[in-house]
Amino acid sequence: MDSVILQARGLTRHFGGLRAVDGVDFDLKAGEIHALIGPNGAGKTTFVSLLSGRIPVQSGSIALGGEDITALPAHARVRKGIAYTFQITSVYPRLSVYDNVALAVPPEAGELRPAVMAALSRVGLADRAEQIAGTLSYGHQRLLELGMGLALRPRVLILDEPTQGLASGEVAGFAALVRSLVPETTVLLIEHNMELVMDLAQRITVLNFGQVLATGTPAEIRANRAVQAAYLGDDDAAA
Amino acid sequence: MKAKDTKIWIAHLAVLAALGVLLAVLPAYHATNLARILTLAVFATGYNLAFGYTGLLSLGHALFFAAGVYGAALPVTYWGLSPLPAIALGCLAGGGLATLVGLLALRTAGVSFMIVTLMFAQAGYLTLLYFGQITGGDEGLVMPDATALIPGLSPDTARAVIAFTLFAIALLVSLIVIRSRLGRVMVAMRENEERSRMLGYNPFTVKLSALVLSGLFAGAAGAGYALLFGYAGASFATIQYSILPMLYVLMGGAGTTLGPLLGTAAMFYLVDGAARITTATLLVVGVALVLLILFAPKGILGTLRERGARWIP
Repeated sequence: MDSVILQARGLTRHFGGLRAVDGVDFDLKAGEIHALIGPNGAGKTTFVSLLSGRIPVQSGSIALGGEDITALPAHARVRKGIAYTFQITSVYPRLSVYDNVALAVPPEAGELRPAVMAALSRVGLADRAEQIAGTLSYGHQRLLELGMGLALRPRVLILDEPTQGLASGEVAGFAALVRSLVPETTVLLIEHNMELVMDLAQRITVLNFGQVLATGTPAEIRANRAVQAAYLGDDDAAA
Repeated sequence: MKAKDTKIWIAHLAVLAALGVLLAVLPAYHATNLARILTLAVFATGYNLAFGYTGLLSLGHALFFAAGVYGAALPVTYWGLSPLPAIALGCLAGGGLATLVGLLALRTAGVSFMIVTLMFAQAGYLTLLYFGQITGGDEGLVMPDATALIPGLSPDTARAVIAFTLFAIALLVSLIVIRSRLGRVMVAMRENEERSRMLGYNPFTVKLSALVLSGLFAGAAGAGYALLFGYAGASFATIQYSILPMLYVLMGGAGTTLGPLLGTAAMFYLVDGAARITTATLLVVGVALVLLILFAPKGILGTLRERGARWIP
């Protein structure tokens, strides 16, 4: 269970003078739910964009299951098993829910319809398969986004602020869903809802100013003084 | 799902059957017009694959059409190649040029893509003029009449048979493509390229495939047009022949399989009618384009689909 599925070493990406991600070492263990937290602007989304290939790496390396994927473009990484769900919901609004998920099912998955319906059932949208995605409520669009991620049958599923904008009742259902994904899938979760993070994650990595501030279990992170300082806005935390 | 599939196939085969009957019973003048429409509809059907389904707004399709025109006309004129293999050559010429243009132009998107494709087409036009001794330039090459198209058939019959066959192949291939996995991914690229990339599809190869397919159709149409009507000229590479297929597709309904045919026929008779009244037929084309964009951006079939006939592919 302790094998590392996704590994980053010295990952760096600067935008002009802004060190968005600055020499990050990171290990994602197979089968875990790993949360990535940090203040706004800490580089979380940039970091996962480097992992998923949406943004090219400036320096450093990324390995998936021991294979170096640093030079692979995003679509090839998806095929290798890294799925990314967007922070801002990005579905095909003019296509049906069914067609949205059908596009995510990989060609080698066999029969299309069972695969699509399985993913839709998992996120509770099976009865809305024929609805046009753009007419779904926001919460349902988030679930559809997740369903598309699941249909890809990823080894690593990156969820970028998945509960943003969800009602509290929806968040509970979402947490149960994410918990049901492991250990077949490894989950990397960017999340601001601390209650959810502490509840769901087995390990947490804290980013601040593009660097890793701390990594550990929820209990360790809660007790970490540097993390407290960063979140409380202590002036020394920047140094 | 199955019933819908059957309905779609029956509708398309019925359209083809109706066209076949029309070609057989119409008087020669009208049958020739219909053959012209069908050949141009092949062009429009190909344009629709790139523009209607994949969202690639090219202003350079005249280049692929002209590649077909000359890909067929040159070997026929200079080496006496027989017409049917010449059509195949023209088709390949269109596809080949589309590959080359796509490899370069697809590094851009949106307005830049329009400009780059337009520039390629202009370069093609100027090249045809530059080699005017071979291509005939603006005056063009007049080829032996369609009498030799299919031995044993009258020119009119041969023209009808070839135009019908080209269109039937184009329509059915287009239907099969858009109902295939590639077709669904083409639509996905049009709707949301970034999402599609993050579902594991390479935008470049998908768009290149669509453009090459589109180029093959344009090439076949150009070759057919040149041979059926016995003329090849540099004018086929002018901007007008890039705008026309767009107009046909917009009028019939972008992203519908039968829209290009409908749009081609409608525009053909509109221009034909206008020509009886005025010489400013291009003005009619321009006004039609403006009115379409303003009042019916989804075209005839697109509007029907929106109003309830959702099964229209």
